[in-house]
Amino acid sequence: MLPPRLPEVTTAACLFFIFLVPLAAAGLALMNVGLGRSRSAGHMMMASLTALAVAALAYFICGFAWQGFIGGPGHVLNLSGKNWDWIGAEPLLLRRLFFDGSYASLTALFQMLCVGFAALIPLGSGADRWRLRASCLSTGILAAWTYPLFAHWVWGGGWLAQLGVNYGIGNGFLDVGGAGSIQVMGGLTALAVTWILGPRRGKYSADGMAPAIPGHNVVLVLFGCVLALVGWIGLNSAGAILFTGGELSGVAPIAINTMLAASASSFTAALITKIRFGKPDASLTANGWVGGLVAGSASCAFVNPAEAVVIGSIAGAVVIFSVEWLELRMEVDDPGGSISAHAVAGIWGLLALGVFGEIQRPIWNVAGEPLAPGANGIGSGQWLAQLIGVATLLGFVLPLTYGLNRLINRFYPYRVSVEGERQGMDLHELGAGAYPEFVTHTDEFLPR
Amino acid sequence: MKLVGFLMLPAGWFLVLAAIVLFASLPLRATFVLAGIAVEMLGLFLAFRSHLIPREEKR
Repeated sequence: MLPPRLPEVTTAACLFFIFLVPLAAAGLALMNVGLGRSRSAGHMMMASLTALAVAALAYFICGFAWQGFIGGPGHVLNLSGKNWDWIGAEPLLLRRLFFDGSYASLTALFQMLCVGFAALIPLGSGADRWRLRASCLSTGILAAWTYPLFAHWVWGGGWLAQLGVNYGIGNGFLDVGGAGSIQVMGGLTALAVTWILGPRRGKYSADGMAPAIPGHNVVLVLFGCVLALVGWIGLNSAGAILFTGGELSGVAPIAINTMLAASASSFTAALITKIRFGKPDASLTANGWVGGLVAGSASCAFVNPAEAVVIGSIAGAVVIFSVEWLELRMEVDDPGGSISAHAVAGIWGLLALGVFGEIQRPIWNVAGEPLAPGANGIGSGQWLAQLIGVATLLGFVLPLTYGLNRLINRFYPYRVSVEGERQGMDLHELGAGAYPEFVTHTDEFLPR
Repeated sequence: MKLVGFLMLPAGWFLVLAAIVLFASLPLRATFVLAGIAVEMLGLFLAFRSHLIPREEKR
C-alpha cells in the first residue's frame, strides 16, 4: 500500500528534486531559442514563458483533476471482470488537495512542472512560424486533456500501470522519469504541429534541395544542454520516488545513469557527424545529448551504468539518423529537432526498459499491494508492457493530438502570414527584436 | 491517404487492446500486440507520405 505521507527526509529530498525540474525547462527553452533564427529569438522565449504559464493554469483548472494520483479516485471501466482505471476523478481547481507534504500534493507540484516542460517541446518544431496565441491554445489542450489522460494511465495508477496486476504483464507499463508521459507526448505533439504548420519558407525548393537553416546561437544551445542535465536529474529522481516507490539510496545510481546516457548519446552523435561530415556538428550533438537524457529517463532506476551507456549510445545514433530521415525524406521541417530527440529517442528509451530493465524491488505504480519482484514469473513480459505503452502513444495519443490541433487550426490558423515570416516573429508579433543593437550599419564599413 | 493513415493508427491500437483482453498466454498476446503495432506503423507511414509537400508548393 502506498504510504499516505512519505517520510519527512524523503519528502524534503523529493521537494528538492522537484525544484530542479524548471532547470530542464529553462535548458530546453534556451535550446529552442538557439536553434531558431535570430529574428524570432525573443518570440521563442516569450512563447516558452507563456507555454509554462498556460500549462500551469490549465493543469490547475482541470488537468490534475483528470490525472489524479496513485490511490486517488478514478473512473473505472469493467472489461471482462478486470477494472480499467481510465481517468482521474479529483475535483476541479485542486479543491480537495491539502498542501501538507502529502503524496498527492507532491504529485500535483511535480506534474504541474512536468506538463509545462512537455508543452515546451512542440515550440522547437514550430519555430519561426507558429503564432504566439495559437501556441497558447495548443498548450492549453495539451495541459488540460492530452497530457493528464496519458499521465493518469501511467503515473496515476491507470490501466497501463495496472497491466501487471490485472493481466500479469510484467509490472505494468513503467516510465520512471517521463520518457513517455512527458517526452514522447511532447514529441508527438511537435510532429502534429509540424505537419499542420508545414515547412518554413525556403526550406524545400522545387528542385528537391533542402538547404540547412542553421540555428543562430550555438552557445545558447550548448548551455541549454548543461542546464537540462541538472533538471533531468531532478526529474528522474523525483519520478522514481513518486511513481515507483524508490528510496533515497537509489538516487545516486539514477543520477549516474542519467549523466552516462546523455554522455554516451552526445559522444555517439558527435562521432557519427564527424565521420559523415568531416567535423562534429554542434547542434546535432546537442540533439544527441537531449536524446540520451530522454532515452535514459525511462529506465534510469532499473538499469546498471553499463546498460545506461548502451541505451544512450543507441539513442545518439537513432536521433542523428531520425533527424536526417525526417528532414530529407519525409520533408518534416523541425528546427529544434524535437521530434527526433524527444519522440523517437523516448520510444527507444521505453522499449529499452523492457530489454535491459531488471526490477529487484516492489514497484508502487498502482493502488494496493505492490507486485513483488518476479511475481509474474521471470521474464514475464515487461517488454510486452512497454510495447503496449508505445502502441498507445502512437495509436491513441498521436491521432488525438493531431485531431485536436487541426481543429484549433481550423478556427485560429497556426501559421503566421508570409509577410510575418519574412519580417521575423519578433517584429511581427512582439513589435521589437530580441537583439535591438544587433544591426549592421553600412556606414561602419565606409573608409574614414 | 491522410485519413486512412490516421484511421489505421487507432485501428492498430484497438488490436493491441483486444489482445490484452482476449488472450491469456504470453506468446499469443505478444503476436497480436506486434500485429497491432505493425498496423500502426503502416498508418504512420501513410500519414508521413500524405504530408509530403507537392512539388508546385515548394518555394
